[in-house]
Amino acid sequence: MSTHTAHTHEDGAGVYVKTLVALLILTLITVAASYVDFGSGNVVIALFIATVKASIVALFFMHLRHEKPVNSIIALAGFLFLGIFLMFCFMDQDTRKDPKPYNMPPPALNLPPGVTAPPAGAPPAAAPAEKH
Amino acid sequence: MSTSTIDLHDSHGPHGHGHADDPHHQHHFTNMQQQFDTSKIGMWLFLATEVLLFGGLFVGFGLMQNRYPQEFIEAHEHLQRPLGALNTVVLLISSFTMVMAVLSAKHSDKKKVVMYLILTILCACIFLGVKYFEYSHKFEEHLLPPRWYHAQPGDTVRDVAGNVSHGYGTFFAFYFMMTGLHGIHILVGIILLSWITVRAHRGEFSKAYYTPVDLIGLYWHLVDLIWIYLFPLYYLIK
Repeated sequence: MSTHTAHTHEDGAGVYVKTLVALLILTLITVAASYVDFGSGNVVIALFIATVKASIVALFFMHLRHEKPVNSIIALAGFLFLGIFLMFCFMDQDTRKDPKPYNMPPPALNLPPGVTAPPAGAPPAAAPAEKH
Repeated sequence: MSTSTIDLHDSHGPHGHGHADDPHHQHHFTNMQQQFDTSKIGMWLFLATEVLLFGGLFVGFGLMQNRYPQEFIEAHEHLQRPLGALNTVVLLISSFTMVMAVLSAKHSDKKKVVMYLILTILCACIFLGVKYFEYSHKFEEHLLPPRWYHAQPGDTVRDVAGNVSHGYGTFFAFYFMMTGLHGIHILVGIILLSWITVRAHRGEFSKAYYTPVDLIGLYWHLVDLIWIYLFPLYYLIK
């Protein structure tokens, strides 16, 4: 086992100040980018910058770069399993055939006084008749 | 895992492994280094479960955004971006003061530890204050989970009877769940930070023993890290 521990390498205050400045600049960039319309690129940019910021926090503030490998593995495992969780949930949703409103349970309507709910099953008029 | 035999504690001189001498040394650990490393592994395991705890909510948020894309875009316009950005900056600064507290503890600088911890608590309180302001604004406007959500003039997704889609309330259900759970973590953080501030003030921490400061620091950075994702997801994404 190597002798690399948080004690043999030590960051000074200077490193932390630089880390903070980098994080603040990235925050500024991500807020500024949100006011520009990149279409679907906005999501990608925002999440990419968030990931860069999170990595900086983990590596510098949480000292992961000087940490024993076992701790880095634990941290990465958390995110790995989160990734698997995300991936399968989205695969499930994206491969469902018909996530249309009329396939879902009817919402509890909160109607204003004087308005009656449309009869159940009436809309949408274009819904296909049951096939046998 | 092998135990490391480096001597951290120069004050212990001939005793080598920092053994027996140190009042913080618990007998079931070979030496202080092993004790410290063990605590760290435990903390990182806890943090991994925290990531998964919030992860479930992030996945739910993602699925609902997929289902109600238009509603989520319109609903997110009700959040005040400048306040979210302000809170991001406040939390980043608090992470910096926290890491400085850990560094000062490593250097046995008691005064600075207490000062930086108090600054961290202050930032945490500012964060919660801003959140309180945001929450009360949302309560007033009835920007709440579906059951209590009141239609806003700008809501375009409606059914034939003119009722707004459930998507709007769903957005705020997730907003309150996730920022609420995060807020609880901040609150817990304040309690933990206060506890170690008192202990630091009593002079319990030095370069020979500062594990609690270090571990609570890790917790605090994780809370910051979660906010780093919450902020763009709720306030910025179109």
